[in-house]
Amino acid sequence: MIELRNINKTFKVAKRNAGFKEALKSLFNREYTYIHALKDVSFTIGDGEMVGYIGPNGAGKSSTIKIMSGVMSPDSGECVINGRVPWKDRKAHVSEIGVVFGQRTQLWWDVPVADSFDLLKDIYRISDEDYKRTSSRLIELLDIGEIVKTPARQLSLGQRMRCEIAASLLHNPKILFLDEPTIGLDAVSKIAVRDFIKAVNRENKTTVILTTHDMQDIEALTERILLIGKGRILLDGTLDELKTRNSSRKTLTVVYAGNAFPPTDKISVVKDIGGHAEIVVDTEEISVAQAIAYVTSVVEVKDISVKGASVDETVVSLYKEFEI
Amino acid sequence: MKLYFKYIGILLKSQMQYKASFFMTILGQFLVSFTAFFGIYFMFDRFNQVDGYTFSEVLICFAAVLLSFSVAECFFRGFDTFPKLIKSGGLDRILLRPRGVIFQVLTSTIEFSRAGRFLQAAITLCYAIPTCGVVWTFDKIATLILMIAGGISVYLALFVLYAGISFFTIEGLEFMNVFTDGTREFGKYPLSIYGKGVLGFFTYVIPVALFQYYPFLYLVGKTERLWYIFLPLICAVFILPCYAFFAFGLSRYKSTGS
Repeated sequence: MIELRNINKTFKVAKRNAGFKEALKSLFNREYTYIHALKDVSFTIGDGEMVGYIGPNGAGKSSTIKIMSGVMSPDSGECVINGRVPWKDRKAHVSEIGVVFGQRTQLWWDVPVADSFDLLKDIYRISDEDYKRTSSRLIELLDIGEIVKTPARQLSLGQRMRCEIAASLLHNPKILFLDEPTIGLDAVSKIAVRDFIKAVNRENKTTVILTTHDMQDIEALTERILLIGKGRILLDGTLDELKTRNSSRKTLTVVYAGNAFPPTDKISVVKDIGGHAEIVVDTEEISVAQAIAYVTSVVEVKDISVKGASVDETVVSLYKEFEI
Repeated sequence: MKLYFKYIGILLKSQMQYKASFFMTILGQFLVSFTAFFGIYFMFDRFNQVDGYTFSEVLICFAAVLLSFSVAECFFRGFDTFPKLIKSGGLDRILLRPRGVIFQVLTSTIEFSRAGRFLQAAITLCYAIPTCGVVWTFDKIATLILMIAGGISVYLALFVLYAGISFFTIEGLEFMNVFTDGTREFGKYPLSIYGKGVLGFFTYVIPVALFQYYPFLYLVGKTERLWYIFLPLICAVFILPCYAFFAFGLSRYKSTGS
């Protein structure tokens, strides 16, 4: 159970203009700007939930993760995770969480990954039995049996990411924080990582909190979405809710033969080149079925497809809506 | 403790990945320390005595300082490279693991290639012990051991202090080297030859003289004051304020996150 209530966090950043003179000046007289990284952030995440935490760069995602993982303390507000305050009870707290930073490694760079696992076993005081069971399962699921014999520095990004995830799950954490786990991965690795995260969430009831810019991750993994912008939680809901906010517009792609589209005010044709037309339908004015019926009545349709707004588009429109 | 050895194993393995570099560094360290040795040698070749100290007496002093520095540098290197740990985000990772921060900083790097310097110091000591004219009774042996132990703790304290400062500013920490590398270099000679001011500073501000100068006086029989033997113990106490400063820096780090 994760509970955050009215978390605030402000950073003091030294301000300095470019140039040597300014640099000298700043030695004696520093000006500071205050950045409100988090403003009254509150949310609750239950056990076994899988939550996507999204927002543009600099919105406060990492700060929240840092607070929840006990690395940073907030200025004010309460945060209780599994009955503990993370930054006050650091050791007990971190032994129950796993954290993966997509852009940083937690493996020892120059030794085979298996050696890193072995050291983590002792760091987390994992018993021999548990370790054997968990590690063999992780190695099998993530298909890294051969990879763990290689030093981490020689692995490809996709291979390394799978090892990172395994490393952060060795101690069977109750909560897993994933900070951009699929960044820079190829399609195959992305899907492998997603499937695995799903399996862990389903089978171990591990709570997963995922930050990402890849909306396909969100679509594939999470039911619930938290949107943060300029330090505030703007939206807390399911992916479907999010989609319906923006779902009155559908795009019809039509391939047809014969005469071109006659001008009309029933539908809006945004593109019409050489028998290939794109039509935007606002479902509040005309239903998709009516639109299709109209289209087939005026042209000879060869192919037709209907598409709602993609998650990416939805998110972009959300960012616009909240001006972040 | 078992975990500590496991860390050592991993770090040793890591450094062995670059065998050539590893052994070249050891060799280099060994040879570089020779220049210091020859510096002393040629000095005495011309003057026979410096401020009333003979060649092998100074060698004892030199070896004790070098030995404690090389041990400290090898095992406490993690604090010496601490600014890097902050910049790279390694400190965050340390905070994410259920172990003590100090312990993890210590085990983040161990510089085995400092063995070259250590070897040099050990050889010099082996040469100086029988030739310096000291009758090695129990109290003299204890003095030498305490000198080295005191030296290790002073360097540890300085490294911890250095790490503590790096919480506040990442740049401009070179001046700290005056106390670490600096004392290693001019600690070759008993500190009194640099004059009262320097001796005073290294007695009351940074307790280098407490392990290097006063017990040394007793060792070579320049004084009969028995309590000089135990002055290095004060060096161990010096760690406390340095650690307190480090802990203060760490709590600030947690609240600023930078």
